[in-house]
Amino acid sequence: MAATKKLGAYICKGCGISDRLDIKQLVSTATRDCKMNVVKEHDFLCNSEGVSMIQADIDAGEVDHIMIAGCSKRAKTDAFNFDNVAMSRANLREGVIWVRPDNDDAQETTQEMADDYIRMACAEVKFMTVPASSGEQGRTPHVLVVGGGFTGLKAAIEVNKAGYEATIVEKSEALGGTAAQLYKSIPGKSPFVDPKEPEVIELIKQVESNSKINVHLNASMDNISGAPGRFNADINADGNIVSGIFGSIIQATGFTPYDASQLPEFAYGKSPDIVDQLGLEALAKVANGGAIKRPSDGKEVKNVVFVQCVGQRSEKEGHLSYCSGHCCLTSVKQAMYFKDNNPEVDAMVLYTDLRMPGAGGEDFYRSGQNKGIIFTKGQVSEVVPGTNVTVKFQDLILNESVELEADLVVLATGMVANSGVNVETCASEDDDAEAVITNKEQSVLNLDYRQGRDMPQLVNGFTDSHFICFPYETRRTGIYSAGPVRRPMDMIQATEDATGAALKAIQAIENAAIGRAAHPRSGDLSFPSFRKEGCTQCKRCTVECPFGAINEDEQRYPLFNEARCRRCGTCMGACPVRVISFENYSVETIGQALKSVDMPDEFDEKPRILLLACENDAYPALDMAGMTRQEYSAFVRIMPVRCLGSVNTIWVSDALNNGYDGIILMGCQKGENYQCHFVKGSEMAHYRMSKIGDTLQQLNLEIERVQTYEIAITDIHKVPKIINDMAATIEEIGMNPFKF
Amino acid sequence: MKYRNNFLREVEANVEEGEWVKRCMQCGVCSGSCPLGPHWDHPPQELFMMIRAGKREEVLSSESMWMCTSCYNCIARCPRELPITHIMHGLAHYAVRLGMVPKNQQTQKFAQKFWNNLSKKGRVNELKLGLSLYFMNGFMEGIKTSLKMQKIGLGMWKTKRMDPMEILGGHGCKDTKGLQAMLKKASEIEAAKKVKV
Repeated sequence: MAATKKLGAYICKGCGISDRLDIKQLVSTATRDCKMNVVKEHDFLCNSEGVSMIQADIDAGEVDHIMIAGCSKRAKTDAFNFDNVAMSRANLREGVIWVRPDNDDAQETTQEMADDYIRMACAEVKFMTVPASSGEQGRTPHVLVVGGGFTGLKAAIEVNKAGYEATIVEKSEALGGTAAQLYKSIPGKSPFVDPKEPEVIELIKQVESNSKINVHLNASMDNISGAPGRFNADINADGNIVSGIFGSIIQATGFTPYDASQLPEFAYGKSPDIVDQLGLEALAKVANGGAIKRPSDGKEVKNVVFVQCVGQRSEKEGHLSYCSGHCCLTSVKQAMYFKDNNPEVDAMVLYTDLRMPGAGGEDFYRSGQNKGIIFTKGQVSEVVPGTNVTVKFQDLILNESVELEADLVVLATGMVANSGVNVETCASEDDDAEAVITNKEQSVLNLDYRQGRDMPQLVNGFTDSHFICFPYETRRTGIYSAGPVRRPMDMIQATEDATGAALKAIQAIENAAIGRAAHPRSGDLSFPSFRKEGCTQCKRCTVECPFGAINEDEQRYPLFNEARCRRCGTCMGACPVRVISFENYSVETIGQALKSVDMPDEFDEKPRILLLACENDAYPALDMAGMTRQEYSAFVRIMPVRCLGSVNTIWVSDALNNGYDGIILMGCQKGENYQCHFVKGSEMAHYRMSKIGDTLQQLNLEIERVQTYEIAITDIHKVPKIINDMAATIEEIGMNPFKF
Repeated sequence: MKYRNNFLREVEANVEEGEWVKRCMQCGVCSGSCPLGPHWDHPPQELFMMIRAGKREEVLSSESMWMCTSCYNCIARCPRELPITHIMHGLAHYAVRLGMVPKNQQTQKFAQKFWNNLSKKGRVNELKLGLSLYFMNGFMEGIKTSLKMQKIGLGMWKTKRMDPMEILGGHGCKDTKGLQAMLKKASEIEAAKKVKV
């Protein structure tokens, strides 16, 4: 196989590499040890001259598999960007000369390090092939929007403005959702002084008059199968099944208000004069700018109390632990309904912590104060129904308990996401208190996916992947959540959300059209393939894929959906028979690279440590350790991997059999506050490595020889220490007895 | 009425800068910044909350606003830019007008002495003001304090920092009569102002 490949090695001498390393020696390693067909050195490889030297060789048909030795694979990616070639990089700058002292004592081991990196990169590229297209291509410029509320409407309009078609599926009989129930909304533009006319009416008009936006009312999703670019959706509209093909999907199914009758202390439902925020909106709609009348006897409301954080931001069982983000602003807005009509009405907001998010939040709060709304920091203990409702609370500033009568009490309850079934707790039957609150009875999307019928939820029932690092991105490629189903938010934020999700949906369509990966390996054309003959149908790949990309076919073999795949390689790491591979990343490419290292014998006193580093956080941290010139042991050999989840345990046993004395694995933070770019990859790797101890003990090897770490990109000072500690550990426990 | 707008409105109508009270966001920076903070019964933030809670008696008969030394730390630091010092003086002044100041309030007594001293001739007679302070709390205490301050007084006399002849009346501003007329007119205007409740 390797014979047909035309191998080229290009060694850069710039950035001080030639001052520190013996270039002749490197060239000879590439030529003699690695048998590269073309080996060239250059003073400044990343300048236009150097790049055109490589390009000329490619154009002349001299090389199609190239190894570039110079800086880290994360540097100069614009310069070293060649089409239709497989490429590997040997990191001689950040990985060698910048982390080693410049003196004669260190020279020998530093040079060995560089030679080994050349060997590793050459071995890696030899076992790569140029990624070809997946053959799954097709462009469907049509976005399916599930949910016809404010966010859904906004998303459909945005999608349409960008030139794509949109279809809205709305479960109720009218568009507008919760937003349509509001009398007025929180202002989104300066001056943030008065409530404004709700935007949703305008949005409904726009959607209804647009022929490129289809609307299905009284509709739900019966089934969705396929992948980005070719989602097959069955829409159940009033009992009739309408099928369609869509490029991508936006889930904007919004929220359900938390049921306040679950809180006996607030007496919701015991008196008509105790309402929740939507209840007040209804009263305000009836009043339509006039005096708001209380429901019990139609008396004009002269004093009203707004209670914040009802059943939320509370650790009590059955309560929501989170802040719903909009309720403080909403209560200010609603208090203004009273004050704007009649400044003599007493309106009090009872809060424990006011939170006024958004650019205009504080201004709106100030405007509320100017209008004479009384804000009291107090903890409500009880609401007692009666002719007049009594609110009992502890004033937290004056530290005294108060009983106050009011004509009307408004409870600010939280948002519960309409995210469908919780695919994770369904599987594990975990009855966690929070999960009970989630509306999990019915699936929203009805996905025909191996891993469940809805999107996985991140926390508290909200559908998200990681709201800080990757907003709008979910764990189902091509399906994006937006609005309060993603996290609690108001309409100002939902506008932004809808726009973001619309752009993501468009990006997914265009990526699928050319077989390109989505975030975080954006643009990657490789995709996983498997050798069916070798497959034992163990299903580990289908279960462990963090993105639900792999279904099972009728014969229960894995069925890869390339367009759903993020190319993390977690399936490759999971496969016990190692039949899954990518063209440019496989068990072989890494396996051969780590085996290619020149292994000194036991008596040389030169141990070798293999470091498999996640390319997302750990590898940049290692690069930055180089940039900040921190020294670490010359015995380490670092190999970047796509995700720690892609690490197949065979690499660990191969490395030990080949004489490595220690192995370090560095992945991202796992668990609840995970930083893993592929969500579950690091977690899977840690789990797999927790089992490696038995194997080591069977081989009579010390368990300290294999260590797994969670590394953040900022752990620049931690990574050299981990390497040096491992070197010290090996000195203590001795060399690997399996050296030749 | 508790937690209703009535007292807040009264403060807005009658207290200098009172319309700012409703804009306090209860962050407590004023209370934390006040150099005398620990000695106040109710620091400014709490006073504002008491006003909103309708505690009319407690606020107006409080010693708290009399503790203010006008250092302006709170004004400099208030994130909502409330003129807190001025509001404190405004509250104190309003309490005087309503006759709700606690009996024997020391700051109030001194303020009154200062005013009486100043308004006579348009200039503060420091000797008289100083002596009246010594005797503010009784004759014997005045004698004691005077004896204690004897040396300082002589020193000041020698270095012409103090003229003992000032005790006979002292000097005033150029047009004392004009000043008196102005003050009279001002107090008439003030008296005509009705307390709005």
